Amino acid sequence: MGLNYKVDYREFEALFEGLQKLGSLGLGSLESMGRSALFLCFTIRGIFLPPFKLQPVLRQIKVIGSGSFLVIVFTGAFVGMVLGLQGYYTLSKYGSSSALGAAVALSLIRELGPVLTALMVIGRTGSAMCAELGIMRISEQIDALDCMAINPYRYLVAPKLLAGLLSIPLLTAVFNVVGVFGGYMVGVVLLHGNGGAYMASMRASVAAIDLKMCFVKAVCFAFLLVWICAEHGFWVNRRSWGFGAEGVSRATTSAVVVSSVSVLVADYVITSFML
Amino acid sequence: MPDSSFAIRLIDIHKSFGAQAVLRGVDLDIERGATTVICGESGQGKSVLLKHILGLITPDRGRVLVEGQEINRLRGASLNQLRTRFGVLFQGVALFDSMTVFDNIALPLRERSRLSEPEVNDKVEKSLQMMDLWGSAEKFPGQLSGGMKKRVGLARALQLEPDILLFDEPTTGLDPVKSHDVYQLFFATQKRLGYTSVIVSHDIPKIFNLADKIAILHEGQVRACMAPAELQRSRDPFVRDFIIRVMGRAYQSSYESDSD
Repeated sequence: MGLNYKVDYREFEALFEGLQKLGSLGLGSLESMGRSALFLCFTIRGIFLPPFKLQPVLRQIKVIGSGSFLVIVFTGAFVGMVLGLQGYYTLSKYGSSSALGAAVALSLIRELGPVLTALMVIGRTGSAMCAELGIMRISEQIDALDCMAINPYRYLVAPKLLAGLLSIPLLTAVFNVVGVFGGYMVGVVLLHGNGGAYMASMRASVAAIDLKMCFVKAVCFAFLLVWICAEHGFWVNRRSWGFGAEGVSRATTSAVVVSSVSVLVADYVITSFML
Repeated sequence: MPDSSFAIRLIDIHKSFGAQAVLRGVDLDIERGATTVICGESGQGKSVLLKHILGLITPDRGRVLVEGQEINRLRGASLNQLRTRFGVLFQGVALFDSMTVFDNIALPLRERSRLSEPEVNDKVEKSLQMMDLWGSAEKFPGQLSGGMKKRVGLARALQLEPDILLFDEPTTGLDPVKSHDVYQLFFATQKRLGYTSVIVSHDIPKIFNLADKIAILHEGQVRACMAPAELQRSRDPFVRDFIIRVMGRAYQSSYESDSD
């Protein structure tokens, strides 16, 4: 006596479709990660490829560094001021308003300085970097460079990376200094706190490791934001969101979101390793 | 030993994008020093074919030989060396819109030659004069007309004195007078420099007078590749139909009276 099963394969269609989608998603993600990693390798290699020219790097420093200077000064000042305000009232409750300088300086140097500088640069320059490269890609300007045997990684991306690595730590330093003075203006000048205590507590609490952590974070964030924003624009045609103006706009939005989240994740990772 | 009479050889090129098969076995030999025009209706893969020659697209199957070398197998310095022998005028010209006309033309010289800045300036100024662009040197591409952009593109493509020049729809969007100017300029420079040129165009019948060979791309294959006169005399039904469709009844009557 044989078993008489009738298998209806239509029942499995939904399952196969689901598996197919999952596989496609996995392959797409792997491809995207590989492309991103190769982009970074080619860019780093591009830094060392001749001819070496200083002018493109200086031009990018002007865009990333000087261009973001005022935004960073304003942001730094107001973040320092709000820290001074909040810190003063909170510390006063416990009779330790003399520690205001330490609170403001440590918050800025360890966390807020590098993170907010990176986020401001992403908003101001990272988005522009992505859009610029995206437009160059869709208007065949990057293909034209390839055809002229000009390495687009060396010519377009490497100067951006170098300029970011030089400018963002300096902008972070500016943010910190302006923030500390913002805190001083509110805590000491406006709320009549003790100026000597503000400075002394800051000097006593800020150690070399804090400055080192600030510098490491600034360099890592610079690296991440240039990598992510430039890659999104450079390979705008390889993504599923299409080719053309809409593709560039979606790439720019994605670049800002992904690089901002990456900066915050990297901030946690670096802090956990360095504390 | 590569055949030295051909600058470019396309052998059984197949290319698909997703489910869409664009090229389905293209075979085409491009003679050295001659002008070969690739024509065909829109969407037949003419620009894709050009990008295969440039090594910007890798074929799914088949080989692209440029000067005897398989371009898709080349990497790094050898690919760059081969590419310096190319000049390209893209369909959208692909000028760098954040650079002035002068800087656009000077770019290949500054990046790919060992010329000093005064020598670069001298060469670019000569090009500007030759292309009748004097006075537009400090303008940006966005401030130029379509014809001027094409001339800037041609000037840039010629800077490194290429052996092979590729044109993707060089006269698209231009009025008949400007198209004529671009072709005149192109042939004057070809006569002087003797480069091999490949033109993708559907600017027929104008292009008939200027081409040495015409290749017709249809449904992903080169259906005919011959001299314009041979093409006009061809008895192949496809070729006859193509010629009549693109050149009109005037040509058909002259053909029939010739053959009588």
